[in-house]
Formats: sequence, C-alpha cells, structure tokens
Amino acid sequence: MTNHWIDIQYSDCVLIMGSNAASNHPISFKYVTKAKENGAKLISVDPRFTQTSSKADIYASLRSGSDIAFLGGMINYILENNLIQEKYVKYYTNAPFLVNADFKLPGDNDGVFSGLKDAKYDKSSWSFQTDSAGVAKKDMSLKDPNCVYQLLKRHYSRYNLDIVSRIAGTPKEKLLEVYEEYAKTGATGKAGTIMYAMGWTQHTVGVQNIRTMSIIQLLLGNMGVAGGGVNALRGESNVQGSTDQCLLFHILPGYLKTPVASLPTLAEYDAKNTPTTVEPNSLNWWNNYPKYVASLLRAHYGTGVSLEDSYTYLPKLDDGKNYSWLSLFDAMYKENFTGFFAWGQNPACSGASSNKTRQAMGKLDWMVNVNIFDNETGSFWKGPDMDPKKIKTEVFMLPCSASIEKEGSITNSSRWMQWRYKAVDSPGEAMPDGEIISELFYRIKELYEEEGGPLKEAITQMTWDYGPKDIDGKVRHLDAHYIAKEINGYFLEDKEINGTLYKKGTLVPSFAFLQGDGSTSSGNWLYCNSYTEKGNMAARRSKKDESGIGLYPEWSWSWPVNRRIIYNGASVDPETGRPWDKEHPVIVWNGSSWVGDVPDGVAAPGAGRPPFIMKPDGVGSIFGPGLVDGPFPEHYEPLECPVESNLMSPQFVNPTIKRWDKEGTGTDVDARATCDPRFPIVCSTYRVSEHWQTGLMTRWCPWLAEMQPSMFVEMGIELAKNKGIKNGEIVTVKSVRGQVDAVAIVTDRWKPFNIDGNTVHEVGIPWHYGWITTKMREYVHGDKKPEVFTFGDSANIVTPFIGDANTMIPESKAFMVNVERKEV
Amino acid sequence: MDISRRGFLKISGTALMASGIGINLKPVAAHAQPLKIKYAKETTTVCPYCAVGCGIIVSARDGKVINTEGDPDHPVNQGSLCSKGGSIYQLSVNKNRLDKPLYRAPYSDKWEEKSWEWMIDKIAKNVKKSRDASFTLKNEKGQVVNRTEGIASVGSAAMDNEECFIYQKFLRGLGLVYIEHQARI
Repeated sequence: MTNHWIDIQYSDCVLIMGSNAASNHPISFKYVTKAKENGAKLISVDPRFTQTSSKADIYASLRSGSDIAFLGGMINYILENNLIQEKYVKYYTNAPFLVNADFKLPGDNDGVFSGLKDAKYDKSSWSFQTDSAGVAKKDMSLKDPNCVYQLLKRHYSRYNLDIVSRIAGTPKEKLLEVYEEYAKTGATGKAGTIMYAMGWTQHTVGVQNIRTMSIIQLLLGNMGVAGGGVNALRGESNVQGSTDQCLLFHILPGYLKTPVASLPTLAEYDAKNTPTTVEPNSLNWWNNYPKYVASLLRAHYGTGVSLEDSYTYLPKLDDGKNYSWLSLFDAMYKENFTGFFAWGQNPACSGASSNKTRQAMGKLDWMVNVNIFDNETGSFWKGPDMDPKKIKTEVFMLPCSASIEKEGSITNSSRWMQWRYKAVDSPGEAMPDGEIISELFYRIKELYEEEGGPLKEAITQMTWDYGPKDIDGKVRHLDAHYIAKEINGYFLEDKEINGTLYKKGTLVPSFAFLQGDGSTSSGNWLYCNSYTEKGNMAARRSKKDESGIGLYPEWSWSWPVNRRIIYNGASVDPETGRPWDKEHPVIVWNGSSWVGDVPDGVAAPGAGRPPFIMKPDGVGSIFGPGLVDGPFPEHYEPLECPVESNLMSPQFVNPTIKRWDKEGTGTDVDARATCDPRFPIVCSTYRVSEHWQTGLMTRWCPWLAEMQPSMFVEMGIELAKNKGIKNGEIVTVKSVRGQVDAVAIVTDRWKPFNIDGNTVHEVGIPWHYGWITTKMREYVHGDKKPEVFTFGDSANIVTPFIGDANTMIPESKAFMVNVERKEV
Repeated sequence: MDISRRGFLKISGTALMASGIGINLKPVAAHAQPLKIKYAKETTTVCPYCAVGCGIIVSARDGKVINTEGDPDHPVNQGSLCSKGGSIYQLSVNKNRLDKPLYRAPYSDKWEEKSWEWMIDKIAKNVKKSRDASFTLKNEKGQVVNRTEGIASVGSAAMDNEECFIYQKFLRGLGLVYIEHQARI
C-alpha cells in the first residue's frame, strides 16, 4: 500500500476490484465504512456479487481476465471527457515527454508494441526523444502527437464502451456509471483509492492490470494524497516484510538486485544498477544504491571480509534466466534438485497445478518441512495417489513456534513494522523458526570447518552475532533485538557526517547516513531508522496524532523513515506548495520546513523538484518502458479462456509469457485447454473469511473449520439448472490438469455473462482445503465434537501452470473447467 | 534456568519441559467468581493471518493461553477482530500442534520421532552433500557464479522479519539461487 488502512476513510471514492475486502480483509472495511459515512461512494467490480458488492453503491460484474479492457475503457472515458487533474498530470507525470517516433502502438501493429521478436521485446523504440544534453524533450501543452499523453489517448481510443462491454460482459450503462463516478476524483482536492488483491495479480497480465489503475490514479491526481494511492491488500501477516527482506530469487533485502554472472565485480554491479539522471531537478534517490549494497554486504560478512570478497561470495544468477516459483517446481519435476526446504509454507496446496507440484516432491532426495501443523507438503508421500513404498524422498518435519510463542516484528500491508511479544512457551519441543535456522547454520558451518568444501568461506566467514554467546562462541539464545539492530545497521567506525560524530558501534539513525565505503552496516536499508539509539521504533504504542488524518506517527514504525503516505510530495501544488486537498493535507509548508507526514524528498515550494523520487526522472510513469510486455497495458486473453479470439486485436494472449505447454518445452502435466468444449466454464479461485491460505492453520482450529467445513464450488442458478445440479450436492470440478470434489453452492451471486453475444458461465472455488481433514484431528477436552468433518482437496489441482509475464505469479484467477454431478 | 539452546537440544526428550512452568494460581482463582483473565499475564501481539495487522491481547496463566481478544488501543482495529483473528487462542491451545521432530525414511510409510540433535545433524549433512555435489564455481561461459542449483527453498511470509532476514542470509551463504516464497503466488 502506498497509503495505509486508516487513510481509506479520507477517500471520496473507494474502488474495490480484484479483492473482496469485506470478507478477506474484514477490519479494513471499518475504514471503507467510515469513508461511506463521510459521503464517499463505494464501487465493487467483481465477477461475483461478493460481501463487498453487497455494501457497494455501484456493483459491476466482469468476466475474469478482462480487467485491462474494463479499466482501459475508463482511461478512454477520462481522456475523451478531459477529466484529468491537468496540473498534476503536466508536472508530476511523464505525460508531456516525447516518445521516439519509431514507437508503434498495438492498434497500428497487429496487437503488439514495436520491437517484438521471439516472444521478447527489443525496447529500443520505447524511449524518449532527448535534447543535446540528453534530457527528455517535453511538450507542456500535451499536444505533440508523439507525447505520452497523445499516445495514451490514441491507444485507449480503441477501448470504447461497445468493445469493452463485448469483452468483459459488463453492460455499457454500468461501465459508464462506474467511469463517471470514479472520474469525479480527478477534481482538485478529491481523492479516489483502489483496493486490490490477488484478483489482479494472478493473471498472465497481472502487473499490467495494476499498471492500468496506476495510470488512472496519476491522471486523476490520486497518488500521494490522503484517501488515494494504489493499495495492495496483502494476504499474509508478514508477506510485506518477507518481500522487503527479499526471500525471492531476483532481489536482495531492500529490493537490491541479485547479482548476475556478467557482473563479476562490485564496481560493475554498482555501475549497472545505479540509475543516473540528467533531469536537472530530479533527486534520483536510487543514486544511493552502492551505499545500500555495501551496508548489506557488511551485515552478511562484517569487516573481516573485504567488500569485494563479500560480493564474490554472493551467488550469481545466469543473465536472463528465471528462477521463480514455477521455474523452481518445473526444475524439481525434472529432477534437478536433490534437496528442498519448504519452510513455513505448504506448496503441495498453494502452488498452481498441485498434481505437478506433489509429483515433483517425490523426485527429491530430501525435504525439510517446518511448520506448526501437519500438512500436505510434509506428508505428501502418503497423500492421494501416492505409494510410500515407491517414494524415495527423505522427509524431516520440524515443529516450530506459533506467533505468540516468540518475539519479533512483522510488517503489515500499510508498511507498518509492528513488534510482537512472547506470551507462552512453544508446545513440546517446538522451537522458533529463527532458532532452527541458527542451529542448522552452526552445524553446517562446523561441517565445513571440519571437512572443507567448495567456497566454504561463504559460510564459515558469515557473521552470526544474534545474542549473548557461550564460551564456544555460539549464540546462547537467538535474540530478535540483535537481528533487528543488524537490519537497521551500525556505524562500524567513528564517522563524522555534517559536523556530527557518530561513534563506532552505535546504530545508524536513518538510511541517509549509510556509507558506500564499508564504514556502515545495514541488513536492509529500507528498515534503517527502525531500531536506533532512541530504541525499538516498531514497539512504540503512542496514540499521539497531530496530523488530523490518522497518521499515528508514534505507533510502531513505517518504512521508509516512518513515512505513512509515500509519494506525499505529490499532494501539493508544484508552484505554491499548497495542498491540493485543504481539508486533508498530508504535508504543509510552514515557511521554513514541511510539517505533517515525513516529507518524501520534497524541496521548498516552487523549487521544481519532481515528487516521484525513486524514478530517475522524478515523475510518475504513465509511459512505463520498464516492463517486459509493453509501456502501456493492452488487453490480452487469459491463457485459458472461453473465446476463440481477442476482440481487441489479432494477438490472442500476452505474447511475452513463458510457456510450458508448447510441444518440446513442457511435460504431460502442463496441459492447456482453451476454448475447448470439454471445459466450457470460466473458473476463478477465492477465499473465505474463516480460512487462511491453504487452510494449514485454520483447518486445525475447530471454531473455524466448523464454520467452513468443506471445499465448495459456487455457481449461478442458470448454470446449475442446465447441469441438473442441486444446492448441496457433491460435484466434481475438472480441468485438463486434474479434478477436485466440492459441494455445490447454487446462488444468484453468479450471473451468466453475455460475451459478444454468447452466454458464458463462471464458477468460483476457494483454495483453503487439502486432503488432511478434521477426521485426523485430536480435540482439546471440552471442545464440541464436529458434526461434519472438513473434506476436499486443493483448488490448485485444477489451476494452470502459467505465470504473469513480469512476475511469473500463476494465473489462478482465470482458467477453464467443467462441473459435473458426481457419479455415486 | 538458563540452558543454552545446544544444551537444550541434548536434554530434550529426557527432561521434557522443565522450564516454562510458573506458579500455580488456581487455588486463588477458585475464590468467588473472578474475571477469567484475573492474575493472567498480558502481552500484546499482532494477528498472524492477513496483513491488516490487527492488535491482539493475549492473556496467559500458568504458561497457558487462557484468552485472546482484540487490542482496544490499537489504532487500526480498535479492539475488533474478524473470525480468524478472534480464534488465535486455538492456535496455541490445540492438541494437533506438531511438538516433536518427525522423520520419514526413504520408502517408509510412517513417521518416526527423532531428537532435534539427530535431525539437525542429518539435515546438515544432507545439505553439505547436496551443496558440494552441485556447487558451481563457474558457469558454462566461464563466468564466476558461486552457486548451487541442487537445493531449492520456499518460505516464509509466516516468519518474523528478523527470521526472514537471517534465513535469506543463511541460504545465500550456502549459494542458493532458487529462493522463493508466498509473495510469488
């Protein structure tokens, strides 16, 4: 979230699309309700009429996978009717920038942008025209036919009401109603917000779904303001934090790039990854990149290893190779791994195409599974269709502590880092994850010290100062405070900065003080300022709030540098410095400095500094050449869809996605069935309030399991009638990859779509179930015995093995199935 | 009692849970009809489910959770919780929690209980064997890569920030490149 939960109440229009916040982030709705009480309109756009829809002023349905068409239509509406916040667009976005004249739009180029070759774009034409000094040329009148604004207008002129309605199945008058209401937030001083979740990310065009809305937010001046922003409702208590700490192949803590093989030295790595700018007023914050890398290397190896050697020790990726989730399980299926850690995760149910994932696990020599309950991953070898006698995988199931049995911090969707305390000991011999990691580290280090091995120094020289130590030099008890301090960072030598002396061994006050010469450490520059000489900021509980807009700056801590609304420099007029919204100012110039939220790199009013300081040119990217699949979002159909062609262009699906289903590249488990009469129904996955993710934690909790005991498929009355299915019957949901049994829930919340004159049905399935059920559960004395046992297996048995072109997040929100009564 | 973690590993299984048992206050609580959470130790926590980050107060007595409820001081949830957040008591008081390391040998059809020491030692040896067999100093182009493509890891958004940080540090020290977690799916 660029903004935060409490801030939603200041919105004038809340759009919830790709999310069912009322059900899946229930407490967020406290602030949606407050916004409504303050006069805001709530718009719910969803294929299904959800709990969120039931509270909305306007509900519009759309077929899963048509979001870009739907939102592209909104961009067209905004531009046709000139409803943009003009000054914001001119000064705070790249709308005036002139694009290379060779650049071609999909409407003039068979549905793809210029430069496509072998499923990959050569982006040389996706560039800006520059003057002799290399600065991008601009037309502040926005009239030049090559300027971003005019290209945007031309591109989305194709997204008229008629074609959007034919693609999405949304009635034209409903589209217009949504567009009119949301576009009102383009008025100066008005704010609109978007709340989205996996309904947008789990598509082959996932990033472009979000890009389309980001463009709308920039056009309407909704970024950086109270009640605005682009707000991802993240689904796990610390998925923001685990992303920030970068447990992902392509990034190191603080979103630094994982080194690649072509960059053998730290200097080459820094040169490649540190952006430069010739825009005279741009701050270009990433200019500090080398300082953050040097500080991270110090946090890994300390001062005993040179920065250069520390860099060498980091594993390098092959240039251009993808190592993400789907690639990982594909490699496992193809027997490329001998060992596997499934730590605090249940991929046997959570990964797309579960049959492939589960079979892949049988091709390992060993697997370590760390969790608080038994689960389908650790016990995969005794799951359905598995014969333990034929499965070689050695499995270690390690019991870990629950959240209230250890101390440490987690980061919520608002970027708030909040400290948690230990309430009780763990059951039996269960240990905190951190202790288990530490034990493994010490034992492996010992083995390398005793026996040697390739590049053993990368392990044996790693620092591990995470608590008071025993005589043997090992940490006695892992102490989360020690780690939190290392993440923040220390001065490693006395350092004078701007006339102040910072002593060796003291904590760095904020990332502005980090150094590139190895004299500071910081495990994660984004978190530098979270644990300082003033104490543990994440543990703060003061309710003091002088902001008037619920920032609560002394409650916990928010990255970066306790800023609660990022890009807040865009909340004020570029010339006068006065807030666009006088009733809800985020920052205010008091004559000598900014007060309110921590200002986001903002210079004095009228200084001309553009507010999007993480971008080299300082402005919001309406034209975004950084993505692999186009500088503007374009509608493409999901890999599996009910239509034979893309009504928008001759290009059917996203041309840049990695395909496993093509002959020669895939395996028999990667089948695809699009527009196939055997699988005529669109299917989407979703969640319910009472369960969480694969249900690993919630299925074991009797109160929750009894409220939602079984796998179900929700379908419309018309479809059920066609199929002869009655409410409550057990049915089978089948895709070309597998099948799962479910209870039929027949409701009028699903309506058939009229897609270009054809009736198309869609159904929805939750993904919280697995073959381990409450039949296997022991009850605590006094708990009511269940009348119904949970049943069902994972929705992911039927989802496709295909990912977004940029992120490789699987397309679990739009694929094709059939539903049939179960033959008894 | 301040046993080091390694000491604990060695004695676990024989001296089960000597620590963590406090003073028994039950006789006192039996007097009249005291509030359920009287004499309980209160700690604050943040909900382990979705990322709204609601505050929760945990009341424990005799080392056991006796109540969990929304934290009224928390500025986001102001005391309210959803069905999941309201049930975290059952995450702690739950007979089905894993409480012993379990081992499944190749081709076996059952779990065996093992000590932590045995498990950690065996996993460490497996890691070393896999890493050493697959470690690549240079790729096919002759570029220095210092990695292993023989081990993969997924997880975890369920860990604390501090644990995530040391986990990525540990994995990258081993040379893993296949590092993924919930954020990707």
